[in-house]
Amino acid sequence: MNPVLELRGVTRTHGTGETAVHALRDVSLAVAPGELVAVMGPSGSGKSTLLNLAGGLDRPTAGEVCVEGASLGGLSKRQLARLRRRSVGYVFQALNLLPSLTAMENIALPLELDGSGPRASRRAAAEALDEVGLDGLGGRFPDELSGGQQQRVAIARALVGERRLVLADEPTGALDSQTGEAVLRLLRTRVDAGAAGVLVTHEARHAAWADRVLFLRDGVLVDTAGPLARPEDLLESAQ
Amino acid sequence: MSIRHGLLALLERGPMYGYQLRAAFEESTGGAWPLNIGQVYTTLNRLDRDGLVRALAESEAGQRPYEITDGGRAELTLWFATPIDRADRPRDELAIKLALALTTPGVDVRAVVQTQRTASMRMLQEYTRLKGGEQRPADLPWRLVLDAMVFRAEAEIRWLDHCEASLVRHTPIPSQARPATADEPASHDDSRDESGVRR
Ligand SMILES: Nc1ncnc2c1ncn2[C@@H]1O[C@H](COP(=O)(O)OP(=O)(O)O)[C@@H](O)[C@H]1O
Ligand SMILES: [Mg+2]
Repeated sequence: MNPVLELRGVTRTHGTGETAVHALRDVSLAVAPGELVAVMGPSGSGKSTLLNLAGGLDRPTAGEVCVEGASLGGLSKRQLARLRRRSVGYVFQALNLLPSLTAMENIALPLELDGSGPRASRRAAAEALDEVGLDGLGGRFPDELSGGQQQRVAIARALVGERRLVLADEPTGALDSQTGEAVLRLLRTRVDAGAAGVLVTHEARHAAWADRVLFLRDGVLVDTAGPLARPEDLLESAQ
Repeated sequence: MSIRHGLLALLERGPMYGYQLRAAFEESTGGAWPLNIGQVYTTLNRLDRDGLVRALAESEAGQRPYEITDGGRAELTLWFATPIDRADRPRDELAIKLALALTTPGVDVRAVVQTQRTASMRMLQEYTRLKGGEQRPADLPWRLVLDAMVFRAEAEIRWLDHCEASLVRHTPIPSQARPATADEPASHDDSRDESGVRR
């Protein structure tokens, strides 16, 4: 199956010469439909950089990023903006909710920008709010919601519509363990329905919802944990 | 895992024979800790010897049920009332392995850490997969058991991350290095004491 997201030899360097920071070095990665990939690594290891590149919010110094077969480097600004609105759901580390819009409006906005009618957009937004357990709070403004509730609005906004690629940067940061798990279940469900997902987290418990877990160190992918080959290993080690 | 206390807890429900105990034990831990029947009988014999259970008359089918004694009940109450002390575990093989890896020439400790982390991560993924799917109320005991394993594996991974961060400035001991002797020091590195352990 063709990957939804593909990074080929991607390097991102900030600055030049002595002071250059290599945020990402020669990273290659493909994420297929129905696949959730988690990225773990210490602070400063390049996790957000990887996600920003995948979402077309940043451009690589070298290498290529493709979303649904289209090389992002070859797209015009307008095409890129359209792809980001239509195909990519992004949960930012800083939630980036618009303070002057209600929770419902924040979620409906990308759909409306993309040409859905206000009614259909609101209906989809209401469903997404319901999914993240915030039904009834759609009329509140971000500053009238708790940190955890704002986080769930941000997640609903990323999941609403027909997003093919969901990118989430520490989406469980401000959530208690129950709500955090509920968010991971949502993400997992969406991916199981055919989307591709990349989840950045420093919590192994959350990364474990992914099909593959990548470890980043100083901008380099160091190793990968895939599915367990033999279930009996699990039983032996649990005794 | 205390099979002893597990069996006592099951017998508190009523008398049972070996195969029933094994099935009940596995059911109540969601199959996460399979027991072999030999372990069950060995444990029952010891419990009997210690006066914590008593063997009843054999059934016609030749099965011998056991029942819990008052002594067994007291022991069980104490067990439930006492927090588990992780230090009670005879040894933590992984910690010992890493400690040995640090001081054994030619061992790439970072690789040991990474290998372990990948394995622990896989295990965590597997627990999570078992946990996924629908959440029925009847599964709660089993989910809590799984959650315990999830949090434990997570703690191990966090500890491994910590180990790795601590290793950043560690220079591996080359494989040809030999223990230092008085006339031939193996290393001029004064951050290592006589036993070869990093300070
Ligand atoms: N705009 C920037 N200018 C200079 N350095 C940057 C910039 N953005 C990120 N970096 C550096 O790149 C590295 C990776 O950052 P980031 O991807 O945010 O890490 P993470 O999300 O894993 O904490 C860090 O060393 C960071 O300081
Ligand atoms: Mg970050």
